[in-house]
Amino acid sequence: MGDKPDKLRTVRLTTPVSAEAIAGLRLGDVVYLDGRVYTGREGVYQRVIDEGADLPVDPAEVGNVNFHCSPAAAVQDDGSFKVGAVTATASFRFAKWLERWFEVSGCKVIIGKGGMTSEAYRKYFVPNGAIYLTTVGYGTGALLGRGVKNVAAAHWLEDLGIAQALWVFDVENFGPFLVESDLQGNSLFERANAEVAKNLDALYEGLKAPALRRYGETDERKDELI
Amino acid sequence: MIPTQTLQGVAEQLMAKAAIEIPDDYLTGIKAMAEQEEGDLSAFVLRAMLENYEAAKEDRRAMCADTGIPRWYVKYGNEAGIEGGPVALEATLRRATAKATHDVPLRPNRVHPLWRTDHNNNVGINAPEIEYSFEPEADWIELTTVHKGGLFGTDYRMLFPGDGIDGIKRFTLDTLIAFGKRGLACQPAIVGIGLGGSKDICMTLGKQAACLRTVGNRNPDPRVAELELELKDLGNKIGMGAMGFVGSSMVVDCHIEVGYTHTGGMPMSVHAFCLSSRRATARVHADGRIEYRHDPQWFTPYMRRETVEWETSRTSSAQSA
Repeated sequence: MGDKPDKLRTVRLTTPVSAEAIAGLRLGDVVYLDGRVYTGREGVYQRVIDEGADLPVDPAEVGNVNFHCSPAAAVQDDGSFKVGAVTATASFRFAKWLERWFEVSGCKVIIGKGGMTSEAYRKYFVPNGAIYLTTVGYGTGALLGRGVKNVAAAHWLEDLGIAQALWVFDVENFGPFLVESDLQGNSLFERANAEVAKNLDALYEGLKAPALRRYGETDERKDELI
Repeated sequence: MIPTQTLQGVAEQLMAKAAIEIPDDYLTGIKAMAEQEEGDLSAFVLRAMLENYEAAKEDRRAMCADTGIPRWYVKYGNEAGIEGGPVALEATLRRATAKATHDVPLRPNRVHPLWRTDHNNNVGINAPEIEYSFEPEADWIELTTVHKGGLFGTDYRMLFPGDGIDGIKRFTLDTLIAFGKRGLACQPAIVGIGLGGSKDICMTLGKQAACLRTVGNRNPDPRVAELELELKDLGNKIGMGAMGFVGSSMVVDCHIEVGYTHTGGMPMSVHAFCLSSRRATARVHADGRIEYRHDPQWFTPYMRRETVEWETSRTSSAQSA
């Protein structure tokens, strides 16, 4: 198989993840994390980047790993949190905030669903020495939920709701994730797409096009829609 | 009379079961795909998912944190009576949805489309959806909840009779390829296809085909059944597996439901029920018995009827009298 790495290699990293550890990762490595990670998606990005609000956490204290996640969680009557499953949401929608986000947060690892384009990696990740880890499945919500050992904080819960709040998790053996981008800005998904694309013409061969066409933004099936 | 208190308890149980327990038919299908998958990364993903289903059951936690947008399907026996009537039933299902969102917990995904208001309970305007069907001569009521993701993997297109099977194949491929890349559709999926009907019913049928039929189940029309298998095979020949990695695991099964449509058209919808294909059903009998199961048995002969009249023992005895 074309996108098969030599062999799937498993790596365990501690947050904040060091520059050396990041440099040692290869596309397709399986990663587990120990330490502290925090969530943030469009609700947090809009507030911090578009509206200029201060981050409610000290970046130095929450690790350098930003997870595009909303947990399946509930606030208990005593004010404590019950975190069930944990999975990511599709990250491509958040690329537009990343340039400023890296400046504000100093984060080096973004975890999410499905990655971003290699163009986004080269523009925003590579200059910041950052990489992208994708969740697996999707999604291994129960396995990731097991890895969350403690909710250190949940910020902006009232204003943004459970799904969009900024959650700070202490994690142990938190994974699995796959290394989707490297320090050169390569993408594991795009490598897979290129392999799959070789087969596409043959698949459509002999199938006549529908009578009524549609306006579309791309007709090239080798393209992605993100 | 079936008491609403019984229904509330059943509905809460169903919400938890759907979120936590992967249905047996889907699990069997994924295990078979994992054994056949030759792509390293795709096979790794399937193994991780199998482990995840076990973890969810062991810990009694949701299998995926995107617990979808919970909805309800109610099959109402023609002879069934519910305390308080349909209005009380709807209140019960809304109450159970809110309570289970807190208790399981589920992610409160439901927000106002413009103001993004989140009541943190998956209840709001037109949410959860409640769809109904009826069953002749039955005195029970069946509740099914489905927790399907809501962002990627679905599309609709107006095709025409001249587009034929080619048109159906192309649109199936288009949808699977578009949403299969990077695994946005969270495949391997149960692919549901709605063919015909009016536009809205075309979407409804396709979604029900994906969510309310089990892996291995075939449409009773042998030619439709053949097309189901052909489209399943086609999807698995794209060369794409789990997460869009090279492989063969795209379609666990394909289900087609048809509806009579405009003589000039052949509308089509495609829906992907994901690696967390969450559904749970219970039949609540008039005498208080409750039976839980994974198979919604939604598409009964009565649901797929083609004739004007439907013969029941009551109508047939009236005719013979």
